[in-house]
Amino acid sequence: MSQTATRTPSPLRKNTLTKNQLPKWAIWAVLAGSLVLGAAVSSLIGFHVVGWALFSAVIFVIAGFLVTLSVEGERKAKDRFATNLIYAAFIVALVPLVSVIWTVLEKGLPGMTSNFLFTSMNGMTGVVDNETVENGTPVLGGAYHGIVGTVLITFWATVISVPVGLLTAVYLVEYSRGGPLSRGITFFVDVMTGIPSIVAGLFAAALFGLIFGPSTRTGFVAAVALSVLMIPVVVRSTEEMLKIVPNELREASYALGVRKWRTIIKVVVPTAISGIASGVTLAIARVIGETAPLLVTAGFVNSINFNAFAGWMTTLPTFIYRQLMNPTSPTNIDPSAQRAWAAALLLILIVMLLNLIARVIARLFAPKTGR
Amino acid sequence: MSNTLTESGSRGRAGDKVFSGIALFAGCLILFVLFCVAVFLLWQALPTFTADPAEITGGSGFWTYIWPIVIGTLIAAAIALLIATPISIGVALFISHYAPRKLSQGLGYVIDLLAAIPSVVYGAWGMTVLAPALVGPYVWLAENAGWIPIFAGPASQTGKTMLTAGIVLSVMVLPIITSLSREIFLQTPKLHEEAALAMGATRWEMIRMTVFPFARAGIISAIMLGLGRALGETMAVAMVLSGGGLIASLIKSGNQTIAAEIALNFPEAFGLRLAELIAAGLVLFVITLAVNMIARWIVSRHKEFSGAN
Repeated sequence: MSQTATRTPSPLRKNTLTKNQLPKWAIWAVLAGSLVLGAAVSSLIGFHVVGWALFSAVIFVIAGFLVTLSVEGERKAKDRFATNLIYAAFIVALVPLVSVIWTVLEKGLPGMTSNFLFTSMNGMTGVVDNETVENGTPVLGGAYHGIVGTVLITFWATVISVPVGLLTAVYLVEYSRGGPLSRGITFFVDVMTGIPSIVAGLFAAALFGLIFGPSTRTGFVAAVALSVLMIPVVVRSTEEMLKIVPNELREASYALGVRKWRTIIKVVVPTAISGIASGVTLAIARVIGETAPLLVTAGFVNSINFNAFAGWMTTLPTFIYRQLMNPTSPTNIDPSAQRAWAAALLLILIVMLLNLIARVIARLFAPKTGR
Repeated sequence: MSNTLTESGSRGRAGDKVFSGIALFAGCLILFVLFCVAVFLLWQALPTFTADPAEITGGSGFWTYIWPIVIGTLIAAAIALLIATPISIGVALFISHYAPRKLSQGLGYVIDLLAAIPSVVYGAWGMTVLAPALVGPYVWLAENAGWIPIFAGPASQTGKTMLTAGIVLSVMVLPIITSLSREIFLQTPKLHEEAALAMGATRWEMIRMTVFPFARAGIISAIMLGLGRALGETMAVAMVLSGGGLIASLIKSGNQTIAAEIALNFPEAFGLRLAELIAAGLVLFVITLAVNMIARWIVSRHKEFSGAN
């Protein structure tokens, strides 16, 4: 049986195969060593958890590289180095996210009272806040006017943007034949996505300032500013959705003698409606947190305003901004900070909810493509 | 019978005309709006350019007024991109090529979550959490690296400096660059990757040989789009930076960006000051427009073999 003899790996061959390989535990040993060394180095300049993590990470990346270099060679060492850096990048990116969400929850939850949700800041002066702090009573005043403003302004922005965005997407997908006009529209829609929000606000302010006199600030001006930001998002998402409607559906409809416009309204758009709806929801989520354009278009008030066409209006983002930057009571800023963080929590919850709704719509009402 | 047929036919034809007309109108409306943005800003900004230079804030003409804040805007965006670009490419690679397949979609959602947080919340976080936390490191930097002009002391005692604003901006542009890069990394032809691995390349060599060459144009345009966002971002800077004149040191209070300058001063502005701020907005508009157009041009040039658009 000479064949079996050649098949069994010789001890020498096995040795060469594993000779240049680090055992699996080696990288954990390096990690443990780096943690200890990192603790030692960071305690030299005054121990701090952040410093410890930072030093340990740097030592780990370098030591991992050197150990691999000495055993496995240069190529493997570079691979290890890159892998470690990429993992580190991911961890670094998570730090601010966790920190932001933790801060908002920690500071926002205490202020989430029914009082906060259902009263405005009408009549809330620094005196009230000072008394609150001195007597230790619950914080008065809330963001009801901000919620009303946010809902109304976003509603009007949606009313303006959705028809325009939808029809533009229909034109681009169904009617244009790749001519210069459609290429121009596509290009400038892309460019519009990048307009700074404050410039959109300035545009609306300048437009209405020219027509109704300078410093015209109403909810509707803000809605126009937001729709400048919202239209390109709606166009892009609707365009993508209309493009994936199968051509067979259109052709079947034409074959039955149905006009093009009725085909679009009765066949194409209903097929893509789930994607369009989720795109619109995402667009709303994008503009609902905008602050800068509202600062220059809607102004700021403490009382509730249900009329988007007259008078200044507060929204949640501008409420947060004002409460933090110009606290109601300059000497006792804690009540203002509490209101601001509660509003931030509410705003994030609304945005998350909209994102969730968009995903649910996209999943539930997605057309059955058979794939 | 034939009468009703032609009747409905002509009605349908009219409907076709009307509908296509409306759709065309909507498309043209977008071009018109963009055109209006430029025209109205220019119209309202006009008094600034014709006014007596002594009446402009700063007392020596518009360009002397706008120059420092243009530079400040560029500095803030540069810091943000320097920090965000390597990290977001790393995160994108992690999601597309390193993370376990089951995790990667969830991780994509997590990064989208970062993008969903409103800018004012980032501003609030930067001003109450990040800025105080950075005072210590700034003092240390001023003591030990003060000979470098950008770290010249004495460090700010509130931490509300250009570097803090840049860091907050980098957190905000990170999800943009990450999600665009991830999309492109995922589109690398599988056969290229497998060919590289079959030749015995390590994972990093495979990424360098197949993923990066394929995605180069896409990464550049993602960075440019991130730059556009960083240039125009208002609230984070307005809340985090305690602004002032143009200075080299990034760890002292000072410097200002166009967007924050507008947001901070617009509510109280009137007359010539209003025109000044709108002119500043026009400058910002032109800068971001140029950046975005270059980004889109790069993407469209490489459209055939990258899915970055």
